Amino acid sequence: MDAGDALLLARAQFGLNIAFHILFPTISIALAWYLIAFRVRYARTGDAGDLATYRLWVKIFALTFAIGVVSGITMSFQFGTNWPGYMEQVGNIAGPLLGYEVLTAFFLEATFLGVMLFGMNRVSTRVHMVSAVMVAVGTTLSAFWILALSSWMQTPAGHVMDGDALIAGDWLEVIFNPSFPYRFTHMMLASGLTASFLVAGLSAWRLLQAAADAGALRTLRAAAVAAAVLAPLQVVVGDLHGLNTLEHQPAKIAAIEAAWKTQQGTPLVLFAIPNELAGRNDFAIEVPKLASLVLKHDFDAEIQGLEDFMPDIPPVAPVFFAFRIMVGVAVLMLALAWFGAWRLRRPAPPRWLLWAFAGMTFSGWIATLAGWIVTEIGRQPWLVTGILRTTDALGRVPEAALGASLAGYVFVYSVMLLAYIVVLTHLAREGARP
Amino acid sequence: MSLDLPLIFAILMGASILAYVVLDGYDLGVGMLMPAASDAEQDVMAASIGPFWDANQTWLVLGVGILLIAFPTAHGYILGALYLPVAAMLTGLMLRGVSFELRMKAVGWHAELWNWLFWFGSFLASFAQGFMLGRYLTAFQPGWNYLLFSLLVGAALCGGYVLLGATWLILRTQGPLQAKAMGWTKWGLLWVALGVALVSLGTPVVSEQVYARWFDFPQTLALMVLPAASVVSWLWVWRSLGRSDWKPFAGAVAIFVLAFLGLAYSVFPYVVIGWLTLWEAAAHPSALSVTLIGVAIVLPFLIGYTVFAYRVFSGKAKAGLYGK
Repeated sequence: MDAGDALLLARAQFGLNIAFHILFPTISIALAWYLIAFRVRYARTGDAGDLATYRLWVKIFALTFAIGVVSGITMSFQFGTNWPGYMEQVGNIAGPLLGYEVLTAFFLEATFLGVMLFGMNRVSTRVHMVSAVMVAVGTTLSAFWILALSSWMQTPAGHVMDGDALIAGDWLEVIFNPSFPYRFTHMMLASGLTASFLVAGLSAWRLLQAAADAGALRTLRAAAVAAAVLAPLQVVVGDLHGLNTLEHQPAKIAAIEAAWKTQQGTPLVLFAIPNELAGRNDFAIEVPKLASLVLKHDFDAEIQGLEDFMPDIPPVAPVFFAFRIMVGVAVLMLALAWFGAWRLRRPAPPRWLLWAFAGMTFSGWIATLAGWIVTEIGRQPWLVTGILRTTDALGRVPEAALGASLAGYVFVYSVMLLAYIVVLTHLAREGARP
Repeated sequence: MSLDLPLIFAILMGASILAYVVLDGYDLGVGMLMPAASDAEQDVMAASIGPFWDANQTWLVLGVGILLIAFPTAHGYILGALYLPVAAMLTGLMLRGVSFELRMKAVGWHAELWNWLFWFGSFLASFAQGFMLGRYLTAFQPGWNYLLFSLLVGAALCGGYVLLGATWLILRTQGPLQAKAMGWTKWGLLWVALGVALVSLGTPVVSEQVYARWFDFPQTLALMVLPAASVVSWLWVWRSLGRSDWKPFAGAVAIFVLAFLGLAYSVFPYVVIGWLTLWEAAAHPSALSVTLIGVAIVLPFLIGYTVFAYRVFSGKAKAGLYGK
């Protein structure tokens, strides 16, 4: 085996872990805020049905959170085991950001989750609601710190060289680096949409079993309206994020568009098979000049192609396809959210609409994963843009150990994912019981 | 600033690891004791750790986080050398985390499966942690004698966690389950005594550093305070069984604190024995000081709300989904 195999294994393993992990925080960040809404509603009405709704979703939250925590612990170990060069080079910046996440977010959310889950009959309504708010604040703070680090790796700022390693010159510049505001907002909205479609989808699933469940219909309506509001916001923020990427990481944009040549009036490639060896697209279906319009808001603007960034370009095909999957799923989500929010205002939703929501239960996961693939693979060959290459961060763990543990993780993650989905649909079918 | 930042972070890291071992130790111990209890008792046992286990695990993330932040070179080296046991521990922690949630929601053979996985995950994580400690103390040297020693430490730590778990149950339960927990405590005590004796006999053989530390003449006499105090704590746990709800747990915690101090003394000032001292391994002072500011601000709140949570759930545990 050569160094390439070890690199591939280390990346496969880390990529698998991080992809599995992000599924759960993506739900729990926004679901925590949903829980506050359910809890406040019960406090207002005192209705047994509202209590049951809260209890159903708190169960789902607890399971989601638990898987997020345990898969997150894995991450904290793999930073060092898979990428020791990363910590040696930029540890003075990455370390404190991760440290602040643990200190300000992890303990807060985990401790108050205990009170929220088990303490409803032990503390006052007010303390219980404060606990729910603390859990939500914790999940959001956690997203804040980890996205600050992730964004800094994409668009580093505020650092200075000190000998062989980097140190922070200005922490505010490090945290609020150029892409951070866009990434953080984009991820929070992604979480909001993922949770909304989960809530809507599982409620629709319940209504397919028991059409008379008024509580489930009310929850479905609320989630559909939330999604209908968040989806267009996400379109705007996604566009702004793209423009920010064009400014700071033009090679990534060129890969997203599969634009090999620098030219004026760059076409928008709807579909193609990027041919990395020949440096062109096969079977391309293009709309003339549209990419220039989307990216620069001018039909004849010049867009830099991949040829300008050789040889430091990301793998084109995964970035190109993942981006189209993300946008495609997002369009479906927007359409269903708007139509659903409008149609659900009237009583007796048709069964096909319920099936549509049930079928889209996990659509947020697909869009979010595709989005992360675009941004993380799009950053290659850099681990930290312009500072550290992924190859240079690799550790000395033998391939056999990497391979064996990778197989183990694949097995455990498959079991957990399967169990998670089975339990969620099972809970949803039973519905909220007073 | 003339603060000795690496030393401060070494102390913080040690405190986090100790907090982790004691706190997650009792819930891992309860997990390992599950098969010895009836179905109804298992629900009470799960309820006794339910509100806490998430937060307990966070101390592990903090401990590893400090290793990563303050001693990045050592983090890569140690965790690289412990790659497979770390993977085993993480697998165990993941299995038990997800099983804990699922065992409450499943019925029939599913519930049995998750119960079994909860036990297995608890055991795997505990054993792997002890094994890692053994490898760490012997500076990751290859050879069957070092491997055997590490397996021994793994088994001994399981005994220690069972002791913590059993005494925790004495504190948090009543009636027949509490009586059972007293029996488990005795087994835990014997297991720990045997484990510590074997580990103590083995240590001089496998680690010159540790041997030299403990058997260097005049200090040896002063150092004997630690084993002596451990013996006293051990006897105290045994004697207070059936007389007090909280003393056995306090005594078990004391045994862990003393063992931890002994280990810290064995290793100091190294982060990686015989190779890297904590000053050599330390990150840049700017990274340490900015983190220390965060610790200083957050730690009082953290301790405050942790105490709050333990007060909310003081008293005896009751079975039932989320304390309903």
